[in-house]
Amino acid sequence: MKPLISVLIAEPSEIICEGLKALLQTSGKYNILAPLHDATSVTERLAAARPDLLIINPSLLTSPRQQLAAIVQTRPTMPVMALVYQYIESSTLALFQHSIDIRCTYSTLISQMQSAMESGERRTENEDRKAENYELSERETDVLVLVAKGLSSKEIADKLNISVHTVNSHRKNITHKTGIKSVAGLAVYAMIHNLM
Amino acid sequence: MKAEMSERLFTSRMKLADIIAENHNIILLLPRFGIPLGFGDKSVREVCMANDVPVDFMLLICNVYTFDDYLPDMESLATTDMRPLLRYLEESHNYYTNERLPHIEVHLHHIADRIGQRYGEILKQFYADFRREITEHFRDEERYDFPKLRRLQEGERRAESGERRTENGERKTENGKLRTESGKNESHNGLVDKLNDLTQIVYKYLPGNVLPEETMEVVFDILQLSADIQKHALIEDKILTPYVDWLERRQK
Repeated sequence: MKPLISVLIAEPSEIICEGLKALLQTSGKYNILAPLHDATSVTERLAAARPDLLIINPSLLTSPRQQLAAIVQTRPTMPVMALVYQYIESSTLALFQHSIDIRCTYSTLISQMQSAMESGERRTENEDRKAENYELSERETDVLVLVAKGLSSKEIADKLNISVHTVNSHRKNITHKTGIKSVAGLAVYAMIHNLM
Repeated sequence: MKAEMSERLFTSRMKLADIIAENHNIILLLPRFGIPLGFGDKSVREVCMANDVPVDFMLLICNVYTFDDYLPDMESLATTDMRPLLRYLEESHNYYTNERLPHIEVHLHHIADRIGQRYGEILKQFYADFRREITEHFRDEERYDFPKLRRLQEGERRAESGERRTENGERKTENGKLRTESGKNESHNGLVDKLNDLTQIVYKYLPGNVLPEETMEVVFDILQLSADIQKHALIEDKILTPYVDWLERRQK
């Protein structure tokens, strides 16, 4: 079974909070965290509770642009949904990629939550594709050379005195960083880079 | 099959030219069916009839090549005229071993000879190993899997024409079984991984200032071959293997 998606709601009205919470819980997919009723400590809560999704009433944001930027900075891949039932400046609403209209049906609510989550997953994948730390660490280089020499993960683990699990996770990182999967390809990489 | 899927698939009433416009890779398949170019605006059915190719088989292959999430179930395989499968697979192997692999080798050697001996030798060695490995893989299939398919299809034909089946059981064991599907898969995946690794090595890690145009061209050639072989592997693993198993069960 998939783990529950944890949702933080920031909404001044307790009635609406509880209503939304009850609806989402019936789907069995969401874990609803204790809601916030104002936005003053939202970034602190995000950092502590690490929710997968934030539903926030835009009227709580006194300076929406800056506050949303702070939210995104705290949880870069988390989708943020606007909870809308009163008049909201269109320039504010435009800052949100996803929104929930309080008058919508249950099925619309769930499908909008799902599409927000999917876009979050895409963002996570894009995060992965960013070129950060593509240089191999010293340990990864050790593992690479042994792989290139034709040793199995078990043999490498014994030689470097680490677990097979650790060797495999190094191997995964090596492939992730170099884009090369096969042992023969890794041997070429090692030779080109004068590692052996 | 999901309803939306069957609506997207190519049909025999479509123009062959429209199918190629939708997936240009299909143009590479035509020689494997023995269909020449210059077919005008004829439908797939008309082109197939003119060239004596069963249209359902042609569509099966074109659909597998085009729709990543499409795989026929056993029911549709059982009702498809699969007689050209063997020729199709043999033609595919010929195309890879006699045309694409030598073509890529010529260009890689050309590049290898200009990037300095050390890099050049590494590149040549990697490609030579790969070429030997994939050629052996094809040869194994031609030696074990293809004769088995031929024999079973012969058995089908004889059964239909009412002839007695002779020596069937005896020959079956003599020529060995189709290797297990999972073992085959791994080997196909390994080959595709190596082709993709080769592209990474060529455009990322070799000195970049030597013959850039030829380098880019050969990268495209390798990627094209890799995509083709992935579909070919899918046809062998998901069509050839279950079809052979099915024929075998029928003739027991």
